[in-house]
Amino acid sequence: MKKYLVSLAGLLTVFNSNLAAQNISTTIKTIPKIDTGDTSWMIVAIAFVLLMSIPGLALFYGGLVRRKNVLNVFMQIFILVSVITLEWVTFGYSNTFGTNSIEALKPYIGGFNWAFLNNINISDLSPYFVSHSQPATDGHLIGTIPHIVFIMFQCMFAIITPALIIGAFAERINFKGFLIFSILWAVLIYNPVAHWVWSNDGWLNKLGTLDFAGGIVVHINAGIAAIVTAIMLGKRRDYKGHAIPAHDITYVAMGAGLLWVGWFGFNAGSGLAADGLAGNALLVTHVAGATAALTWALLEWIIDKRPTVVGISTGAIGGLATITPAAGYVGIGGALALGLTASLICFAMVAYIKPKLGYDDSLDAFGVHGIGGIIGSILTGVLATPLIQSAYSGSLYGNIHQLWVQLLAVGVTIIYSGIGTFILFKITEKLIGVRASDTHEAAGLDETQHGETAYTNFD
Amino acid sequence: MKKIEAIIRKSKFEDVKQALYDAGIEWFSYWDITGLGKSTEEQVVRGQVFKSGYIQRRMVSIVVRDINLEKTVNAILNAAWTGETGDGKLFVSDIRETFRIRTKESGPDALFNK
Repeated sequence: MKKYLVSLAGLLTVFNSNLAAQNISTTIKTIPKIDTGDTSWMIVAIAFVLLMSIPGLALFYGGLVRRKNVLNVFMQIFILVSVITLEWVTFGYSNTFGTNSIEALKPYIGGFNWAFLNNINISDLSPYFVSHSQPATDGHLIGTIPHIVFIMFQCMFAIITPALIIGAFAERINFKGFLIFSILWAVLIYNPVAHWVWSNDGWLNKLGTLDFAGGIVVHINAGIAAIVTAIMLGKRRDYKGHAIPAHDITYVAMGAGLLWVGWFGFNAGSGLAADGLAGNALLVTHVAGATAALTWALLEWIIDKRPTVVGISTGAIGGLATITPAAGYVGIGGALALGLTASLICFAMVAYIKPKLGYDDSLDAFGVHGIGGIIGSILTGVLATPLIQSAYSGSLYGNIHQLWVQLLAVGVTIIYSGIGTFILFKITEKLIGVRASDTHEAAGLDETQHGETAYTNFD
Repeated sequence: MKKIEAIIRKSKFEDVKQALYDAGIEWFSYWDITGLGKSTEEQVVRGQVFKSGYIQRRMVSIVVRDINLEKTVNAILNAAWTGETGDGKLFVSDIRETFRIRTKESGPDALFNK
């Protein structure tokens, strides 16, 4: 049966080429095929990126808060996984990667053509691709993985971005306010920014912005939202100008480890193919993470006399966030430079600048993700080398224009995310309130928001 | 019967335990405690160094016959000593009555430490 199908396809091809031969050109049209290697890697990568949110980020953030708030953090991340997934398949994906029917809005927001994943069949190929593409039957280029696999890969990014902001307002937000704010933020901030940078219609994409795996879309976006919400929500009642110690550092280290592993899917999956580019992304991701982790540990060792587990974990996350936009454009030299810069600047930010400015970003979502994203996204415009993808180079390789494009994209995202977060926060505050009551905050959010406690004396 | 409650350094717990064994005191309870005071420990979180405000110690609680009081107190005082600030405290108080639940015996005979 299979043989017949193959020969039928062959016949069709011959027939088509005969038709084409009547014209002068002799292009041979082939039926686009799913690449099983690319697809298998992408399905694994999707699982890796989900692993970053649950349990990776849940453990990382959950360990950093006090024991009375650990379940609240777990719950926040779990509910975001559920809610954003539904938002994504109902209209989020279409708003982000779909085509707007109004011509003037096309560069700014997608439409509803793929709402409820309407008109998307399991045999459809992804309209988005990076290194592996093939001509579709109508001649334009398409990817080699199923469209639905691309949708799910992007779904995981849509989930983890609002989840990163949790680090800024942890330990003092009421659950209802958190949920409403996060949904509004995902729909009105994440989806448009992802559209600008990653959609085929997006205006920052058309300008040539480089953001391989989400330095701008994920880390700057969430990082700026983090500092805005941290300032607007005010300090925790017990905040004395220095970090409140983590309740379980083993959780922090386990979470950081899972995030590191998951980041291989995040970055090496962003090429949407199983090829050398994915291999390079994996290499530079790992090297930048390792460099940043080591740099942070050494800084603490030299300055504070002892290297700490919270420190090396934080350094690793900072380095991984920083390499994210660059993973498909830089080589190992760029990875070393990015990892080193990430830890030097994030360390200064968290240890010296934050205490002076006096805001309470509980778990340093801005100091690590925001700053890391900004450094990485700007330096991509400097360090991008044509040795990795020949079409892209940074100012170090003679293309100064790329640096200006990166600066513009970073600036626009900071402004949009900053102002947008401010407005959405105000709306949520007016409608239902955001800050947990003082008694709830003192008693802990596990008990008051969920009626559960993490560590009981029950046998 | 006397109750001896001692707040000691965690690092001295093994020494105190051995000293008590050597003195023939083989039954006691202990638990970890957190307190406030002058000698608070320095803590480092993400490069920020600050006084944690907390002191971690271990509490040892023993009920002994009056004849065993002196050797028990001396064992703890010697074994828990470093000479630095923060060596801890030792309290002695009277115990009015003791019962052994299984046999319902009372008085000093109900104690483990003979």
